[in-house]
Amino acid sequence: MIPVECYFALSALLFFIGVYGFVTRRNLIAMLISVELILNAVDINFAAVNRLLYPDGMEGMFMTLFVIGVAAAESAVAIAIIINVYRNFRSDSVDSIKNMKW
Amino acid sequence: MGNIVMFTIFAAVIVISALLCVTTTRIMRAATYMLFVLLGVAGIYFLLDYTYLGAAQIAVYAGGVTMIFVFAIQLVSKRSLQGLEERVKASKMVSGGLAAFAGLVVVSLILFKTGYFTIAPTNTELPMKEIGVALVGAGKYQYVLPFEFISIFLLACIIGGLVIARKEEKQ
Repeated sequence: MIPVECYFALSALLFFIGVYGFVTRRNLIAMLISVELILNAVDINFAAVNRLLYPDGMEGMFMTLFVIGVAAAESAVAIAIIINVYRNFRSDSVDSIKNMKW
Repeated sequence: MGNIVMFTIFAAVIVISALLCVTTTRIMRAATYMLFVLLGVAGIYFLLDYTYLGAAQIAVYAGGVTMIFVFAIQLVSKRSLQGLEERVKASKMVSGGLAAFAGLVVVSLILFKTGYFTIAPTNTELPMKEIGVALVGAGKYQYVLPFEFISIFLLACIIGGLVIARKEEKQ
């Protein structure tokens, strides 16, 4: 069997790779992709902790399920905002958004 | 033994794809590497014997969210598609790397200080009937309220996305 620390280490690595991408990238879609990586790291942690502490419970599994649903909705709205930003500013870089009220 | 081999393969795929995803300047390649990360995470769920969770991950993330990303990339910009616009400055790369590394050090210190649990998770397949009953039951340890809340939330997101992305008529 796999010790649970392996899951924690994998999830920490994935989380901070996502943080690095979110800090360095200037493209809106690339930043959104980094957020998705961070959410996936958190999901792995929920599932592994559920298996470790409460093998009979289902709390972590349902939390992961709801996080997947919320993340899908959130990325759809964010994509709508990004397309609107591109329509107004002709660019998809965060530096191009000088003022929100156009 | 087979579990460990599979976990190593999945972990390698996830970490390498995530690194390539955040370092490439071509946005379509980043989306493709993100797809590999999502499939690897689904494999991790299968390894934990959360079969339903892995199926949901593949259906919602790898099937739905990645498609949204690909469409948005095609709609938004040709220049960023070819990687012409984005130049990551070296100073920003160093500071971002330092921030991520500091966080990683803190987390691993906490993990080492807490000590090893040495309990390997016992994996038993969760029957689908149990998941379904818990998802729509209203009793203790059952989840009908968050389920309904998520459905209201999805409706609000559909309406919000339509309102935001709508083309405004010229006055």
